[in-house]
Amino acid sequence: MPQLTLVQAINSALDQEMARDPRVVCLGEDVGLNGGVFRVTEGLQKKYGADRVIDTPLSESGIMGSSIGLAMGGMRPIPEIQFEGFMGPAYDQLVNHAARFRNRTRGSMTVPLTVRVPWGGGIHAPEFHSDSPEAIYIHNPGLKVLCPSTPSDAKGLLLAAIRDPDPVIFFEPKRVYRSFREEVSDEDYTIPIGKAKLVSEGADITVITWGAMVFQCLEALDKHVPEDASVELIDLRTLHPMDTDAFIESVNKTGRAVVVQEAPKTCGLASEITTIIQEHCFLNLKAPVQRVCGFDVVMPYAKLELDYLPDAKRIAEAIMQTLAY
Amino acid sequence: MMSTTPAPINPSSSAPAGEGLYAITSSRVHMPGQNGNGTAKREAGKPRPSDALPNATLIKWLRDMILIREFENRCAQAYQQAKIGGFCHLYIGQEALAVGTINSLNHDDPIVTAYRDHGHALARGMSARACMAEMFGKSAGCAKGKGGSMHMFDKPNWNFGGHGIVGAQTPLGAGLAFAAKYELEVMKRSVDGGPAKKKVALAYLGDGALNQGALHEAMNLAGLWGLPVIFVVENNRYSMGTAIERGTTMAHDLKQKAVAYGMEGVHIDGMDIRNIYDEFKPLVDRCRENSRPAFVDLLTYRYQGHSMSDPQKYRAKDEVEMFKSRDSIALLEQHLLTERKCVTEADVDKIVAECKAIAADSADFAESAPIPAAEELFSDVYAEIVPNLSPAATYVHGEKNPLL
Ligand SMILES: Cc1ncc(C[n+]2csc(CCOP(=O)(O)OP(=O)(O)O)c2C)c(N)n1
Ligand SMILES: [Mg+2]
Repeated sequence: MPQLTLVQAINSALDQEMARDPRVVCLGEDVGLNGGVFRVTEGLQKKYGADRVIDTPLSESGIMGSSIGLAMGGMRPIPEIQFEGFMGPAYDQLVNHAARFRNRTRGSMTVPLTVRVPWGGGIHAPEFHSDSPEAIYIHNPGLKVLCPSTPSDAKGLLLAAIRDPDPVIFFEPKRVYRSFREEVSDEDYTIPIGKAKLVSEGADITVITWGAMVFQCLEALDKHVPEDASVELIDLRTLHPMDTDAFIESVNKTGRAVVVQEAPKTCGLASEITTIIQEHCFLNLKAPVQRVCGFDVVMPYAKLELDYLPDAKRIAEAIMQTLAY
Repeated sequence: MMSTTPAPINPSSSAPAGEGLYAITSSRVHMPGQNGNGTAKREAGKPRPSDALPNATLIKWLRDMILIREFENRCAQAYQQAKIGGFCHLYIGQEALAVGTINSLNHDDPIVTAYRDHGHALARGMSARACMAEMFGKSAGCAKGKGGSMHMFDKPNWNFGGHGIVGAQTPLGAGLAFAAKYELEVMKRSVDGGPAKKKVALAYLGDGALNQGALHEAMNLAGLWGLPVIFVVENNRYSMGTAIERGTTMAHDLKQKAVAYGMEGVHIDGMDIRNIYDEFKPLVDRCRENSRPAFVDLLTYRYQGHSMSDPQKYRAKDEVEMFKSRDSIALLEQHLLTERKCVTEADVDKIVAECKAIAADSADFAESAPIPAAEELFSDVYAEIVPNLSPAATYVHGEKNPLL
């Protein structure tokens, strides 16, 4: 099996699906000739032609809206938005149209598209280029929201997303893009949407996270949490619809939970997870559920970035406090 | 090929090669000087507005342009040394555009631009130190070091900033013009109590931004309401790796886009700063006087990649060379040396040396300036600190987040 980075794994999923399904079309700014800002679509235009890997004008609303039309017309479009901050101009199309079309037409018309969006911080860039807006889209019924953290999950989830009958936002953590490689199968495989992954098993406390924060949590466990603490780490992978069973079961077992997210704290996905835990695990809880989040501020540039992003120390501190409660 | 290949809609037949300011044939540009057409062709003997300007004014333009170039060279170096984070978009090649258009304005005419904004900031009077410190992420930067390269804001110099969302700044430009018109026609005084003035706002945009919906809404509003705003297209022919004719309709005659919005549209050769002044200044005066918008396609060129990591597979070397052969700084220098004979080579060398020194000083200053205090994370989100949001005013960096 080849050793791939996240970028390469996504590229290989796109490649395989374009080969398998002629309805699949990639479109976005500079995705063709240049291979995309992060080179995720590198080589695909050469292989599948400019009719299937399409360089668009700088027009997010147009890219999203025409992808919706393509999907309604039976294609499987995969629009790329260069950075999560540029979803702004596409928001109306995505939320008011893609998300609601199945419902609006009472199921007679559907929008099977997969929006690929580089997501999150950790690359020393300012706002628009480092935000984590997943909660905004989760909040809108009709969209599925994914955020894989590893190359092999990314490939399996992307293939599942493209074949899914509903619109999916596929957030790609930029910080992980080239941070490591792992074995990724050449085979055609999917990972079911809505299934979390147990990263490490434990008995004392459950840590729930997604995206690049998975690695901050692993570092916390590795370096800052004493070995005798037994921590269960869950990578959600799918943010909506969430695998609530996975963490409810886990917290009912451990009695303690910490939720870690990059996005600002207020009204983030961590808030929702915390609520679900208290609804389903109340009598088993031994400590209040803690959230380790970004702050309620605009994502700052380079020098303050690491003060904003939750790091291993902050995560470890919350774990230790929760254990000691 | 199917519809994704641009063309049939472009009535290229109506734009035979060599007509208009420039014409594109097989993705090549014919410069006005080369094909003998366009604004470069002036009626013999007709006085140019810029001819009436004193030597000192043109020498100042030269100096402003050289400062931008030297500043950008120093930025490139700092970026390579990893002193600048994230993104850095250089203005090298486009200097005449910011300097020429800004010098056609009054100082209190508001401007707003996109993310390739260092040149406008310097031309508008921001200190090189504040500009460089911003890129280094230091608290002495114009945005307290919390924004970086795309966040050049300078209220005292009526620069309403660099903006990272392509096209989003253009309605703001219309709004700035609206505010000025409101002062003049409704309040009949300025918001700070002084007399209201007839102002013109400039909204700069790249050729890529031509394809954003925001621009078209802004142009419609401006046309409809008679807002004195000029949409200045910095047409450097590329939006990242996408050549203009691959991304926008009517690329060979952009001024047609103005027609439907009921405003004047003009093409200007933006490599020659005297030419910019000659064409642009009268337009500014007309818009100011008549409270009308306009749309300007200014031909320019960026010599460097889109950002610091751009392999530039999308353009040919000789195209870059062609534009460099009409370099705006060299053109003005030649004019001052040989036509006006108001400077010597030694004078020019001295200007270059001074600008290099200012750029070097700005980098030294930025290097030694402090990084923003961690409390700066939560300043400037609201006018007042909002209790119960994280981190609260009591949050001290390194201590436990009180809301954890
Ligand atoms: C809405 C939005 N989409 C995409 C981007 C990413 N992006 C930044 S600059 C750029 C190209 C812009 O080209 P142009 O407007 O011609 O300006 P130039 O770089 O030539 O100055 C793109 C696609 C962005 N910043 N905002
Ligand atoms: Mg451009």
